[in-house]
Amino acid sequence: MSEEQKIIKIPVPQLLAEAQKMSEAGYRLVQIGATSLGGGFQVDYSFDKDYHFVDLRVEIIPEKESLPSISPVYWSAFLYENEIQDLFGIPVKGMAVDYKNNFYKLAVKTPFSKVKTQEQENNNG
Amino acid sequence: MAKRTIVPFGPQHPVLPEPIHLDLILEDERVVEAVPTIGFVHRGLEKLIEKRDYQDFVYVAERICGICSFIHGLTYCLGIEEIMKVQVPQRAQYLRVIWSELSRIHSHLLWLGLMADAFGFESLFMHSWRMREKILDIIEETAGGRVIFGSAKVGGVRRDIASAKLQEIIRKLNEYAKEIKEISDVFIRDSSVKHRLCGVGVLTKEDAYKLGAVGPTLRASGISQDMRKLGYAAYKEIDLEPIIAAEGDSYSRCKVRISEIFQSVDIIGQAAAKMPEGPIEIKVTGSPSGEFFSRTEQPRGEVVYYLKANGTNFLDRFRVRTPTFSNLAALLKLLQGCELADVPVLILTIDPCVSCTER
Repeated sequence: MSEEQKIIKIPVPQLLAEAQKMSEAGYRLVQIGATSLGGGFQVDYSFDKDYHFVDLRVEIIPEKESLPSISPVYWSAFLYENEIQDLFGIPVKGMAVDYKNNFYKLAVKTPFSKVKTQEQENNNG
Repeated sequence: MAKRTIVPFGPQHPVLPEPIHLDLILEDERVVEAVPTIGFVHRGLEKLIEKRDYQDFVYVAERICGICSFIHGLTYCLGIEEIMKVQVPQRAQYLRVIWSELSRIHSHLLWLGLMADAFGFESLFMHSWRMREKILDIIEETAGGRVIFGSAKVGGVRRDIASAKLQEIIRKLNEYAKEIKEISDVFIRDSSVKHRLCGVGVLTKEDAYKLGAVGPTLRASGISQDMRKLGYAAYKEIDLEPIIAAEGDSYSRCKVRISEIFQSVDIIGQAAAKMPEGPIEIKVTGSPSGEFFSRTEQPRGEVVYYLKANGTNFLDRFRVRTPTFSNLAALLKLLQGCELADVPVLILTIDPCVSCTER
């Protein structure tokens, strides 16, 4: 398969400006997804133009800061951002539509915010 | 301004057995805004990766959806193989193409039946599903299952298709294509069908792209984009051009899916002609370390798997972005300004798969 994929790490305050650049360059938003890093999260903003894949990556500690919404640039982003807010508990400010943690009907609040314990890590190894 | 009312659609609705909820904000009979809610049956399968061996997890990936089961398993395998730099045998790559296209044919026939049912053309619904059964028979003959194929595995495929069987399948598919043509001609030409679909739910080229639409929903708005062009499996050896339509209405989305059925029959023929003899799998040992965004073309459009591995048998992250999730924004756009009576048909025109979305 070997699709070339560019992953660019950026600080959170630059996110909206970088998303704006991607939009102006004609990239479409492919997805936004979060991954637990133990003490915080990595959030990936994936874009595509003519089968060229670019991923903007930020790292965030939800207790200390929130993510700016990129829905002013990519309107459809509010769906992904509400998903991240509901599943991971990462606060997102300025979404086009903020469901206030009611986008998903969940029995457990922010179920993906739990990180693996050291015991689980050891068992895996 | 007319008086505004809110009409709830779903999560249980006759046109769509799967649960999705929309708050439809109406002025008289016209929808001015639609606000979706999902997550009624969210299964948390992404989280399960932390407790399942990465090779066994193919079984879970295949069960994300009962319509595009094989392609879910394939997308997962492609991601792991990319991370581990596994060279899959060529014969397996072609078999992956054949099963992917059989999935596409049966999915599009399923959709045609559901669409006919939605606008009340019951005999057309039954004929579409009659043909789908025949495709499911082929899938059962080759994979052993009608819904869950169980054929994808990391390093190749689990089953082979003998040359004689493959020739028989090609002969059957060419026969079925003639019958499908008779059915699809009704969708294309019948005045009552055109009355319900032509000019209804127009999604412009600009909106489709900006809103991140994928698959037939995007291509029906005039954008030539199909992840099979990335060349995964054996698609780099297959002659295929994305099928597009210009109008962006419900009729265009129907036409694109119909054309893709015949394109899939052609692709299976090409794959059968080019498929080499040889092994169908390679033994994969060790544990993956690294990350990859695996992208393939499902019947509903681009699916994205993000896989992050840490050098153990348990991945750190398995994230799935399904085509239906990506098409939700486009659905909200094309619902704006439509008549209330057209809402069920319009929801179906993006071919929603809530099962995928609630992975």
